[in-house]
Amino acid sequence: MVTDTAKPVSVPGTEQPVPGTAPSRIGRFGRALLPGPAPGANGAALYRRWWLPWLWTAPAIVCAAVFGVFPFLNTLLLSFTDAKPLGGAASFVGWSNYTRMLEDSDFWLATRNSLLYALIVVPLMVLLPLLLAILVEKNLPGIGFFRSAFYTPVLASSVVVGLSWQWLLADEGLINTSLEKAHLIKDAIPFLSDSWLILFSAMGLTLWKGLGWYMIFYLAALGNVPKELHEAAAMDGAGAVRRFWHITVPGVRQAMMLVGTLTGIGSLRVFTEIYMLGSATGGPGGADRTLPFYIRDVGLDPLTGNAGYGSAVSVALFLLTLGLTLLAQRLTKEDES
Amino acid sequence: MTTAVRKPAAQQPAARKPRRLLPRWRDYGRPRELVVRYLLLFFVLGITVGPLLWQLLASLKSTGEDVFGANASLLPHEPTLRAYRAVFEQVPVATYIRNSTIVVLLSVGSQLLFSTTAGYMLSKPNWKGRKAVWVVLIASMMFPFESIMVSLFLSIRDLGLVDNLVGVWLPGFVGAINVLLMRAAFLAVPREIEDSAMLDGAGEWQRFRYLYLPSAWGAILVVTINTFISAWDDFLWPLIVLRSEEQMTLTLGLSRLQSSSFGYDQRVVMAGSVISVIPVLVLFVITQRWFYKGVSSGAVKL
Repeated sequence: MVTDTAKPVSVPGTEQPVPGTAPSRIGRFGRALLPGPAPGANGAALYRRWWLPWLWTAPAIVCAAVFGVFPFLNTLLLSFTDAKPLGGAASFVGWSNYTRMLEDSDFWLATRNSLLYALIVVPLMVLLPLLLAILVEKNLPGIGFFRSAFYTPVLASSVVVGLSWQWLLADEGLINTSLEKAHLIKDAIPFLSDSWLILFSAMGLTLWKGLGWYMIFYLAALGNVPKELHEAAAMDGAGAVRRFWHITVPGVRQAMMLVGTLTGIGSLRVFTEIYMLGSATGGPGGADRTLPFYIRDVGLDPLTGNAGYGSAVSVALFLLTLGLTLLAQRLTKEDES
Repeated sequence: MTTAVRKPAAQQPAARKPRRLLPRWRDYGRPRELVVRYLLLFFVLGITVGPLLWQLLASLKSTGEDVFGANASLLPHEPTLRAYRAVFEQVPVATYIRNSTIVVLLSVGSQLLFSTTAGYMLSKPNWKGRKAVWVVLIASMMFPFESIMVSLFLSIRDLGLVDNLVGVWLPGFVGAINVLLMRAAFLAVPREIEDSAMLDGAGEWQRFRYLYLPSAWGAILVVTINTFISAWDDFLWPLIVLRSEEQMTLTLGLSRLQSSSFGYDQRVVMAGSVISVIPVLVLFVITQRWFYKGVSSGAVKL
C-alpha cells in the first residue's frame, strides 16, 4: 500500500510506507491527489509527488495568470493595434494610439476628473472616518447599534445608493424641497444637471459609502493607542482638539497612510457613482467621465469602440495608479524615518 | 446534579459588595459630554441611514401619495406592499434575482474551494516553486481591474461567453487576495497540533479537512462574505459582459430603471432597491462579528 503521510521532519528512511496511516476513506484515486511528503534536504520534507502542490494551487495560478497578468501584457500589446471590441482583423498602428491620446481633449478631461476626485476625496476620507471612529469608540449604551447602522451604506450596492441619491438630489427631491421650504433657495439646485455639481455629488456619494468601511478600519487602529497617554494629557489640561492632533493622529498614522493609499487608488477607479448620478453618458456631453468611464466608452462600445485606443488609455490609468502607489510608499517611508 | 453544583455557591459569604448589573449613566462620563456625543451619533445616523430609510419608506407609499415635491411626507400614510408586487409584475425582477444568485453561488463556491487549497499549500514550506506561485499571485493584484477590462472582455469574447453569466463569474473565480488571507489563517495554526495529529496517523488530507479547515473558519467566513457582497453588488463588469434582458443581474436591471423617463413608478424602483439590499443585510446581521474582523484582518495581515 502506498502512503503519503510520512512525517515532514527529515528522518532518513521515512520514505518507506508507514503502515496503517494512510487515509482509507478516499480511495486510491483520491489518495493520488493528496500531497505526500518525502524527506527533503533542509529539514522540511519535500512532497514525493512533486506535482501535487502544483495541482492544489493550479486553479489559483491559472486565474491569476490568465485573468490577471496576461490581460495586462495583452493590454500593452493591444495599445499598439486597432483591435475592435467585437472582433475582426487588427493591425499594428505603432504609437498612433498614444499620439491620439495626447491630443484628445476628452482624455485629458477624464484624467482631470479622476485626479480631482482623488485630490478631494482622499483627505476627507482619511479624516472623516477617523473622527467617526473616535465618536463610536467609547462603549456607550447602544453603541453597537450605531456602529452597525453607520456600516449599512457599505453593504448596499453602488447602484442602489446611486438611485437613492438620485432621488434625494433631484430638482423635486428631498434636499431641494427642504431647502425651498426653509426659504434658503428660490430655484432648485441643479445637482444632477450641472457638470460640476454632478462631480461633487458623486464625490459625496463615494465618501458617504466609504465612511463606515474606514470607520471600522480606524476602530482597530485606535485600539492600539494607549489610553494612559490620553489620561495623562487630559490631566495636564490638554483639550480634546490638542489630544486629537498630538496623541490620536500620531498613534494611528500608519493606518491613515494606508487609508490614503487605498482611497487614492479607489478614486481612480470610480465609475458607478458617475454612471448613476450623471446618467449613462457621464454627465452632460460626457463632461463628468472618469478614466474607467472613458475606457469603457472608447474601448468597449460595440459600434464605435476601438479596443486598441481603449488599451492605450488603460495603460495611462495603470501608470497613474502605479505613480500614486509609489508616491504613497515614498511618503510612508519618509514618515517612518 | 444541579443542587450539588449550586450548594457551595449558596454557602459563600456575601463578603463582596453586590455588583450592579447595569452601569449607571454617570459611569459613562460627564452629562454634557454624553449629550453632545449622542446628539452627534444621531446626526450621523440621519446622514448615513437616512437616505436608505427614506427609500424604504417611499417604497411603502400608495399611489395616492407623493414621493417627491412639496406635498410629500416622510412617513407613508397608508403603508402598502403594492409596489413590491408591482416590481415583480412590471420588471423581470425574478429573473434578475435568479441571475445574481447564480453568479454569487458560482463565485462563493469556487473562491472557497480554490482559495483554501491554494492557501493551504502556500502555507507549507516543503515544496519547491511556491515562491514563483507567490510572485504570480502578487503580480495579479497589481493591476486595477479597470485597466485590464478591455483585454479581459476580448478574452471573454474569444471564449464565446459574452452575454453569459459564466463570463461574469469566470475572471474572478479565485482571487489572489483570498488565497493570501487563507494562507495567513493556516499559518496561524500551531505546529504542535499538527505534529500530534500526525503522530495519531492523520494524513495530509485529513489534517487539511479536519484540522486546518475548522481552525480557519473565521477566515473562511470572511472570504465567503467578501465574495458574496462583491458578486452581488458588482456593476461595471456585468455591464460590459451582459447584453440581453434575460441575462441581467439585479444591479444591472435596477440601474436601467434609474430615470423616471422610462415611465416606471418611483415607488416600484425603490421597492426593487430594497429587495436587492435585503440578502446582504441579512448576511451582515448574522455574521456581524466576523464582518468587522474581515475589515481589520485585511489591513493587518496582508
